[in-house]
Amino acid sequence: MKHFSPFQIAISLAGALILLFIVAPLVGMFIATSPSDLFATAKDVEVQESIKLTIWVSLAATVIFALAAIPLAYLLARKEFPLKSIVSGVIDLPVVIPHSAAGIAILGFVSRDSVVGKMGSAVGLNFVGHPSGIAIAMAFVSLPFLINAARDGFIGVPVRLEKAALTLGASPTRVFFTISLPLAWRSIVSGLILMFARGMSEFGAVIMVAYHPMITPVLIYERFGSFGLTYARPVSVLFILISLTVFIALRLLSRNKSQNPSTHA
Amino acid sequence: MLELRNISCSLPGFNLSEISFSVAKGEYFILLGESGAGKSLLLEAIAGLGQVKSGSLILDGKDITHEKIQKRMIGLVFQDHAVFPHLSVKENIAYPLKGKKLSNSQKESIITETAFLLQISGLLNRKPSTLSGGELQRVALARALVQKPKILLLDEPLSATDSKLRSELRALLRQINRSGQTIIHVTHDFDEAVSLADHIAIMNQGRIVQAGTPLDVFGNPVNAFVAHLAGIRNFFKASIAQHNGTNIAIAGNDVSIVIGDYTKNSSGFILVRNEDILVSLEPLESSALNNFQGTVLDIFPARSGMEVLIDIGIILHAQISSESAAKFKLIAGKKVWVTFKASSVKLITSE
Repeated sequence: MKHFSPFQIAISLAGALILLFIVAPLVGMFIATSPSDLFATAKDVEVQESIKLTIWVSLAATVIFALAAIPLAYLLARKEFPLKSIVSGVIDLPVVIPHSAAGIAILGFVSRDSVVGKMGSAVGLNFVGHPSGIAIAMAFVSLPFLINAARDGFIGVPVRLEKAALTLGASPTRVFFTISLPLAWRSIVSGLILMFARGMSEFGAVIMVAYHPMITPVLIYERFGSFGLTYARPVSVLFILISLTVFIALRLLSRNKSQNPSTHA
Repeated sequence: MLELRNISCSLPGFNLSEISFSVAKGEYFILLGESGAGKSLLLEAIAGLGQVKSGSLILDGKDITHEKIQKRMIGLVFQDHAVFPHLSVKENIAYPLKGKKLSNSQKESIITETAFLLQISGLLNRKPSTLSGGELQRVALARALVQKPKILLLDEPLSATDSKLRSELRALLRQINRSGQTIIHVTHDFDEAVSLADHIAIMNQGRIVQAGTPLDVFGNPVNAFVAHLAGIRNFFKASIAQHNGTNIAIAGNDVSIVIGDYTKNSSGFILVRNEDILVSLEPLESSALNNFQGTVLDIFPARSGMEVLIDIGIILHAQISSESAAKFKLIAGKKVWVTFKASSVKLITSE
């Protein structure tokens, strides 16, 4: 029989406790929710609308902001410039500040009195209480996940491959699209999914900018405040199931990342 | 023709200083030097990947010092091949052809011909991760050749290959060169340099220390570094004198060596090839004027036979056969005699 040292037993116990700490509340919530409640909630139009809104706004925020975030990640991976470490710190800022405070900052930034708000009003767009405002709040708190993953992906692409492409007659733009981007792609996709998932689950920043239309985390909060735990629980379970689907997709992708072709070069 | 005029580059902690040489069309030019000599940096500067601080690069009469990399028409094969891992062999070879004014059938025929020349026709649909080092090297060469570069730069192309593959690749490089391709090849390997080069330049610490044909360079090394690269271990600083009509070089701690050459310079370097030194247990009766008794310091297998280190006041390297080493029972500490002719001592006065 295999013997375990006291140290191994101690760290296994500590690990088991932490796992239990994460899993127990979730399992408890799933057990406490009857299938009929879950089914009724899934048919609730308000819940359906809110989940649809949450998914498409987070997706739109991810795609739109990625267009500028990916080039920025490439810049951070490849170029040296003054104050680069400060720029990297600024990018991580949304992760460390309280999200309700981030929401207040964004509200000030997009409200009707601000420059951005006035520009929006000029074209008939009011960010506050609008999906575009929600998208900005989601992007603000979730962008670091994409930028950092994409930057790490670009760092993993050997510079020699880019140099080789240049000597083969390719322009820097062609090198970016045919060599750097495809080889960093798996990391970028991981970052995109992480940003999308993080945006979907955002509550604190979004509620400051837009209570209505209601994204699912706000709807859960509202149902809890107005009707109590029993009514908030089925929406939470449904939303967790959807978030889990995204999370599993992310895990599958990051597992494939170990076969990233750039590591062979 | 490519001409480098006083090229200087600087990196943190390293400089390339005043590099000048020219490479004629169709020539096989070798840059030989130890690791860290600045050879790869110089190749990158020629290709346009490194910044040139001063000096100029002239290709076919045109100044390309500040020309864009992609417009230089200079191919570079990296030491680690740098074959694109996400593209098939065929896509790798086709990479430089994209955007060229060629029809698809013309591109196909260029790829087929080049793959045939490099004997990789059967690998075209494979992914690089399934190829051996030698195959990757051929793919990298094919990819550089399809763009028909004016100059092909090779960075240590044979360093990561076994001896069988190395001789195959050498033959291939000669064949490519004979077809008219100008090549600049960087290596640290003396044999590789001698077997391929029309002209050779020796680099040390960011400078060219000697250039010429292999015969010129290795027949007349200008300093200890070049002599060492050429495998000459007996290279000593010496003061020169004439004594009773005999030319004497005094090396080390007062070791007087009779030499054939004479110069009015009072100091210089002398070199004796390992294979010109005879080792015996008793003094030899011969016409050779240099006879010394010394102590064996070490004996070890060399490329052919054994190399013996003998202390005669200076440390001489002698080459003997394994049979002789066994017959004389040579071991460290044993007393032996060394003999070599005055005419086998070469005098070099320009350091």
